[in-house]
Amino acid sequence: MTTADLPLTRLLLGRRAFGPMGGGKAGVLVERNLMVYRRLWLTMVSGFFEPLFYLLSIGVGLGKLTGAIDGVPYAHYVAPGLLAVSAMNGAVFDATFNVFFKIKYAKIYDAMLATPLRVGDIALGDIIWAQLRGLMYSAAFLIVMLAMGLVHSWWALLALPVTVLVGFAFAAVGMACTSFMRSWQDFDLVTLALMPMFLFSGAFYPLSVYNHQVRILIEALPLYHGIDLLRALTLGRVHVGLLWDVLYLAVMGLVGAAVAARRLEKLLLT
Amino acid sequence: MSAVTPVPATPTMAVRELRGLLTNYARTWRGSIISSVLAPLLSLVALGMSLGKIVDAGPGAHSFGTVDGRPVKYLLFLAPALLANTAMQTAIGESTYPVMSSMKWQKTFHASIASPLSSFDVFLGRLLFVGFRILMNCAIFLAVMALFGAVHAAGPAGLGPVLAVPAAVLTGLAFATPVTAWAVTQDRDTGFSVVFRFVMIPLFLFSGTFFPVTRLPVAIRPLAYATPLWHGVDLCRGLALGTATAGSVLLHLVYLLAVIGAGLWYGARTFRRRLNP
Repeated sequence: MTTADLPLTRLLLGRRAFGPMGGGKAGVLVERNLMVYRRLWLTMVSGFFEPLFYLLSIGVGLGKLTGAIDGVPYAHYVAPGLLAVSAMNGAVFDATFNVFFKIKYAKIYDAMLATPLRVGDIALGDIIWAQLRGLMYSAAFLIVMLAMGLVHSWWALLALPVTVLVGFAFAAVGMACTSFMRSWQDFDLVTLALMPMFLFSGAFYPLSVYNHQVRILIEALPLYHGIDLLRALTLGRVHVGLLWDVLYLAVMGLVGAAVAARRLEKLLLT
Repeated sequence: MSAVTPVPATPTMAVRELRGLLTNYARTWRGSIISSVLAPLLSLVALGMSLGKIVDAGPGAHSFGTVDGRPVKYLLFLAPALLANTAMQTAIGESTYPVMSSMKWQKTFHASIASPLSSFDVFLGRLLFVGFRILMNCAIFLAVMALFGAVHAAGPAGLGPVLAVPAAVLTGLAFATPVTAWAVTQDRDTGFSVVFRFVMIPLFLFSGTFFPVTRLPVAIRPLAYATPLWHGVDLCRGLALGTATAGSVLLHLVYLLAVIGAGLWYGARTFRRRLNP
């Protein structure tokens, strides 16, 4: 299979679409990932099922016992939370475990740098790939939400780009953290950061169960902003305050990306 | 390879394998604390206590059974089930990658059978080690439950919650035995992610941990009843809340022991085939 057989990626990304960031060859990396994952499609597809199982169990099953929250049935409340969690998880795992493996063991990036690819191409290519993958999961989950009647408004169309923003923010910071990791043991810290966020950031219940101090702490965490945004969009409760959430995630992503780019350059070229 | 004559399995030989694994664990235990203790602990706080506030105020507050004539709070309903889940997750975690690693990457199994240990001793020794890991995690989890007020002094002498720990260990072994037996046959780790995603997580979510199985659609219920996790959850919950009947305890024990027995038989074959070809 040659790259010419993948017209879709060429159409989507183009050969020269990312000139300023590197050698304009990020698309090649995306094509490579596509080819790799053609053989790992089961791993790929299975990622979609986890949030769906959570939705059916906690949202629908337990939801019958919790009653309405914030004026909507429980499943309607939980679903956008799970969408945000899924965007976060997908992005972080790709940017941490996979990237670490590629840098440290597979030495894939080193091999790539022996070709006309530059560090910018590699970083951008892998980021685009991770975003495409996340986008696929998010779109599938949104379609399920739509089919189950959990979407209340046309604003939900914006949910898709927002999942990309959430994914970008977490992938960038995840990649920046990965560049400091020494061994697999350090990845326990990733779990240590993700798990409490998943459970406490309001995916499953409103922050009103907490006292004031805990609330402020949770509102400082990035996942909360993703959940807040996506919930507002799917329930059609849009207000100006949401721009703060967007700003938070955008700044987080840009800072993370700047750190990651600098560190990767150092790691790969010295 | 025909020169290798497996020595008949003896408990003392399996204990040697166990001792080797314990020596290794004494150096690497720190990392395991986060995944095996923190995850259930945080679930208990977030879902049992915080979400529990909402569940207890909701229309289904009386769906979790009664103890001493009073409806069971969600935290008390969830905690023993999370105990059983801790056992399952520890068991599956310890029976997948570490087994493949010992077989393929580090080849410690080969080292073991080059000593007087038989392939069955190696299998049994690993199971003893996993049993120890499950016991450790479950005991810690019970202590956490007590700390958060998630135990109810039930059963004989109020020891019901304590009895739930050996029940959880048995539940864990009902997963560890067949999964270890199968994992040794694997040459790639793709099967493991399938087990995590399509066995462990669905069981966690649909085997009566978060809501009674009777709430599931009728068509799916028999599936839930057939899983070892449901038996473990129901056994741990019954013991911890003091609602277990002799009949139900017996049924669950027989089921779990049968699964362990079948796993031992299967593993004896797979380990022999792989290690003494």
